[in-house]
Amino acid sequence: MTDAVVTGEQSEVDQGRRKFLTVATAATAAAGAVFAISPFIASWEPSERARALGAPVTVDLSKLDVGQMVTYVWRRQPIYIFKRSPQMVASLPTHDARLKDPQSKDSEQPSYALNERRSRRIDIAVLIATCTHLGCLPKQHFDVGDAVLGTDWPGGFLCPCHGSRFDMAGRVFNGSPASTNLRIPPYSFVNENTLLIGQDESGAKEAA
Amino acid sequence: MANQDAQYSPGVWGWLNKRMPVQKFMREQLLEYYAPKNFNVWYFFGSLALVVLVMQLFTGIFLTMFYKVGDSSAFDSVEYIMREVDYGWLIRYLHTTGASAFFIVVYLHMYRSIMYGSYKAPRELLWLFGMFIYLALMAEAFMGYVLPWGNMSYWAAQVIINLFSTIPLIGPGLVEWIRGDYGVADATVDRFFALHVVAIPLVLLLLVTLHLVALRQVGSNNPEGIEIKGNLGADGKPVDGIPFHPYYTVKDVFGIGVFLTLFAIVVFFVPTFGNLFMEEANFEPANPLSTPEPIAPSWYFTPYYAILRAVPNQRLGALLLLIAVLAFFFLPWLDRSPVKSVRYRGALFRGFLAIFTVSFLTLMYLGLKPATGAYVTAARVAAIGYFSFFLLMPWYSRADRTKPVPQRLRSHA
Repeated sequence: MTDAVVTGEQSEVDQGRRKFLTVATAATAAAGAVFAISPFIASWEPSERARALGAPVTVDLSKLDVGQMVTYVWRRQPIYIFKRSPQMVASLPTHDARLKDPQSKDSEQPSYALNERRSRRIDIAVLIATCTHLGCLPKQHFDVGDAVLGTDWPGGFLCPCHGSRFDMAGRVFNGSPASTNLRIPPYSFVNENTLLIGQDESGAKEAA
Repeated sequence: MANQDAQYSPGVWGWLNKRMPVQKFMREQLLEYYAPKNFNVWYFFGSLALVVLVMQLFTGIFLTMFYKVGDSSAFDSVEYIMREVDYGWLIRYLHTTGASAFFIVVYLHMYRSIMYGSYKAPRELLWLFGMFIYLALMAEAFMGYVLPWGNMSYWAAQVIINLFSTIPLIGPGLVEWIRGDYGVADATVDRFFALHVVAIPLVLLLLVTLHLVALRQVGSNNPEGIEIKGNLGADGKPVDGIPFHPYYTVKDVFGIGVFLTLFAIVVFFVPTFGNLFMEEANFEPANPLSTPEPIAPSWYFTPYYAILRAVPNQRLGALLLLIAVLAFFFLPWLDRSPVKSVRYRGALFRGFLAIFTVSFLTLMYLGLKPATGAYVTAARVAAIGYFSFFLLMPWYSRADRTKPVPQRLRSHA
C-alpha cells in the first residue's frame, strides 16, 4: 500500500484497481449465481420416475381389422395404430401434390418409416397422435369423401383444434396450420401379431 | 429531543408516527396528491383492478385450504369444494368470476390509456409496468385455469405449452422441461400450482407497487391529455387539480359499489356466463385421449388465439401471437403525435383507433368460433387491422391533423 492511501488522500486512490476489484467481484458473484440456479432449473426436467414410466408398450394386433384403429398411450402421448386396406395404401401417392411434405423430408420418423406409406409394414400404420401444430388429437375421418371434409377427401385425420388435416399416412395437407407430418415413434414387430412401441433394433429410444 | 417530539401528537398515534411516517404518507398520497379534476368513467378501472386483485388473493388463499394438487386429486378436490365445503361454491365462483372481471377491468384500463395517450411521455415507464402486470396476469390466469384439471384445463395446457415447441432448436427440449414429463402430467399441475399460488402473485404485487410508485411520480393523465402540473397556482398546487381524498376516494367507492353489484349478479346467477367464464368441457376430468370439441381458450385470450389460428404456418402463427401481445409495450415510442388525447387528434388516429377496436373485438369473437372457412378469412382481415394500428402508428400519428390543445382543462369535459 502506498503512503497516500494511508493518509486518506482521495486523489491517490488507485481507481483502476478499485474498478478491477469491483468488476471481478461482480463477475464471480454472477458466475456463482448461475451455478446456484442450475439445480433449480434441472429440477424441472422429467424426474427419474417419469423417465421410468416411459417404458415400451406392447400392442396385440390379432383383433385389429382393416380400417380399424386403436389408441395406446406411450410416454403420455396417444399413439394411433390402424390397419390400412391395400386400396388405402395404393391411393396414398395419388394426392402428393396436395401435401406440404409428401416425402416426409422435414418430418420426424425413424429411418424404417421414411417411405411413401410411412410405415414398417405396408398395412399397419403407427403414428404419434399429437398434432404437430399444437398437440391436440386429430380425429379419425377414414371415409373417402367424408361429409365434413368434402368429396375430394381421400381419408385421414382432422384436428378439431385448429383444423389441420392429415392423410392415411399422417402426412399433412396444404392449408393446415401444422407444418410437418404426424411424428412416428420408434417401434418394432415382435411377431406377426405383436407390436412393440418405443423399442426397435436400436434399443429403447430416448424421448421422441 | 423535546422540541422534536412536539411535532407528534400525543398518544399511540404520535408514538407510531415517530417511528413510521404513517400520517406523512397518507397526507402526501391522499390529501396533498392532486389529480386532474376531469376524470370520467374510464378512470374507475385502475382502482377496480386493485379491488379485484385483493379479492383474488383473498378467495385464492381460501381455495388453497381445500384444493389438493396432483393429477389424481385435483379434479376431485374441486368437486369437493363445490359440493361439500360450506360455501365452497361461493368461494370458487368468486375466484373464477374474479379472473374474468380482472381482465375486463384491465382491458378497459388499457383502452383508456390508448384513447387518452396516457402511455406517452412522461408516463412510458408507468405504461411498461402496467404491461408487465398484464403479462403476469396472463400467466397467472393460464396456470390457474389448469389447476382444476378438467379436460379443458388439460388441453389448454397441452396447446399453450406446445407454443414453445415452435422456438427453433431449443423448442422440443424446452417443452419437456416446462411439463416435467413427456406429456402434460402430474409434474405439470404441481409446478403450475406453486407458480399460480406463490410466485406470480408475489411478482404481481411487486409490479403493482412499482406501477403505483411510478404513477405518483408523474401524476395521472386525464381525458384532455393536458399536464395539470404545467399550471400551478400561487399556492404551488395545480389549478386544475383536486385532492385525491376526498374527491376521488369517494368517486372510486361509488365505482366499486356499482362493480360489486354487477359482480354479485354474475356470481349468483350466471357464474359460467354462457360458457365464457367457465367452460362446460372443464366440468369433466382431464382426458389425454379425448380433445374437447370445440376447443377454445378463455375469452380474454381469444383475440390472440384467433391470430394464431389465422396463420397456416405454426412458427409464424406463434410469432405473430407473440408480437400481438408485445406490440403494446412499444406504443410510447410508436406514437409520434404531439398531442395525447383522442379529443385533440385528427381523423387518421381516430380511424385507426376504430379499426383497432373493431379488429380486437372481432378477433375476440372469432377465437371462440371454429377455425374453418369464413371464420379464418375474417380472422386474417381482423389481424391485419390489429397489426396496422401498431405498425402504421409512426406514420399516421405524425401525419394526423391535430387540433390545438388548450392550456387549461375545460370545466365540463
